[in-house]
Amino acid sequence: MASFGRFIRLAFGAWALLLLVTAVPASAQQVNPTASAVKEQQLLQELNRIQGRVSIPDQRSGVLEQPQGREWREFRNVTLPWIGGIAILGMTAAIVIFYLTVGMVRLEAGRSGRTIVRFNAFERFVHWLTATCFIVLAISGLNITFGRPLLLPLIGFEAFSEWSQWAKYAHNYLSFPFTIGVVLIFLMWIGGNIPSKVDIEWAKRGGGLIGHDHPPAYRFNGGQKMIYWIVVIGGGLVAASGYALMFPFYGTGIEGMQMAQIVHSIVAVLFVAAMIGHIYIGTIGMEGAFEAMGSGEVDVNWAREHHSLWLDEQKAQTGPNDGQPRPATAAAE
Amino acid sequence: MARMKFLCDADRCIECNACVTACKNEHEVPWGINRRRVVTINDGKPGERSISMACMHCTDAPCAAVCPVNCFYTTADAVVLHSKDLCIGCGYCFYACPFGAPQYPKVGNFGSRGKMDKCTYCAGGPEADGSKEEYEKYGANRLAEGKLPLCAEMCSTKSLLAGDGEIIAQIYKERVMKRGYGSGAWGWKTAYRETIES
Repeated sequence: MASFGRFIRLAFGAWALLLLVTAVPASAQQVNPTASAVKEQQLLQELNRIQGRVSIPDQRSGVLEQPQGREWREFRNVTLPWIGGIAILGMTAAIVIFYLTVGMVRLEAGRSGRTIVRFNAFERFVHWLTATCFIVLAISGLNITFGRPLLLPLIGFEAFSEWSQWAKYAHNYLSFPFTIGVVLIFLMWIGGNIPSKVDIEWAKRGGGLIGHDHPPAYRFNGGQKMIYWIVVIGGGLVAASGYALMFPFYGTGIEGMQMAQIVHSIVAVLFVAAMIGHIYIGTIGMEGAFEAMGSGEVDVNWAREHHSLWLDEQKAQTGPNDGQPRPATAAAE
Repeated sequence: MARMKFLCDADRCIECNACVTACKNEHEVPWGINRRRVVTINDGKPGERSISMACMHCTDAPCAAVCPVNCFYTTADAVVLHSKDLCIGCGYCFYACPFGAPQYPKVGNFGSRGKMDKCTYCAGGPEADGSKEEYEKYGANRLAEGKLPLCAEMCSTKSLLAGDGEIIAQIYKERVMKRGYGSGAWGWKTAYRETIES
């Protein structure tokens, strides 16, 4: 019995020893479950974002990390205020200097007392629809970039937030009539705004802005064509990028929205700068210009000085001795 | 004062979503909004990892920097909070956030979005601590009661750590030392511009 007991003990001991000997290399070999694991920095370097699967319904939350918001922040807080500040203040300063040195472009021949229809009621309606929307959109938009440093310290958090809230609603909802206005402007005036050789001559003579030069022009001169294309292309870009921001995740992700905001804001500040120039030349910058969009009728002498070829066209249509010029028809109605 | 941080030990996270559920329940977070979520990377493949992510309460927070109405503020515990009374729902914080934390109750409603909602580190908002108004807008204020965020408290594997940055970094370092591996503190470099050397 004793020998059997010894045999059992020996056998068990040998088995235990064997187990230990075979186990030693296994435990000495360090198990590292992270050896093949995904690494944060590696993933970020590969894609600049980390994405995975989530079990909640909101699949967009599967994006774990996207540090490129940092570059967007730099744009929004530093680059954009510089671009906007230079464009808008630069344009304003240029106009003030121009006005003080050169002054208003006068009607050289004075008023003839006879007028000619330049823009019909529909054209003027579309212009002012777009213009009023634009002014509200511009102010509410600039508020997003410049309100926090400039206006907030003056009126305080509550008032500024309240104002910004209404400004945002105005910005979002007026974008629709504005877009309609831009589309109508595009269709209505495309006929007169195709660049031609006359515009090159017009541009060479500086548009007659300085001195007493009056380069010939059809219904729209080179400068007006520029404004037209700024409105059509700029308006198209701000509308497209704006709607991308208004309807998040419809076709774009976060990067898409960052890009949309960059396009929207750069085009918008340049657009505002261009429109400051447009407003100047249409009001105090040129005698007799405002009437075109005011009453719709301009003085014949104004038309002769600034749009000589257009006046000839109109005269040819109405006959040389017709004292009452016929209303101009819209180009693409 | 402490510098509060979150740390998710990805080597321990088992994607049980207890943190997500705890958060939703504790704060009665509206339908469609998840202040915290668990993202699984390389799902089903070798090296798969799950990470629980919410607002990381960044140092020099991008959301606060880009907010047009300056509605964000940082508490003495370095928790990044915001005022829903001042928020205009413009979406800028959500473009700037590296972690997808800001969310809006009305996505796609002509861009009106509604007031932004995000993780408060269980620290409520600008209203009086523990008040009814605070609870309705931001959820419970556990920090004011001396408690840590519930997501981390409820974590079944103690993967998600919340608390003073130095203390939780120390805990994580000790873990890494003891077990001999660690895939790092996810998001720390982006949020706090630092990592935990292990």
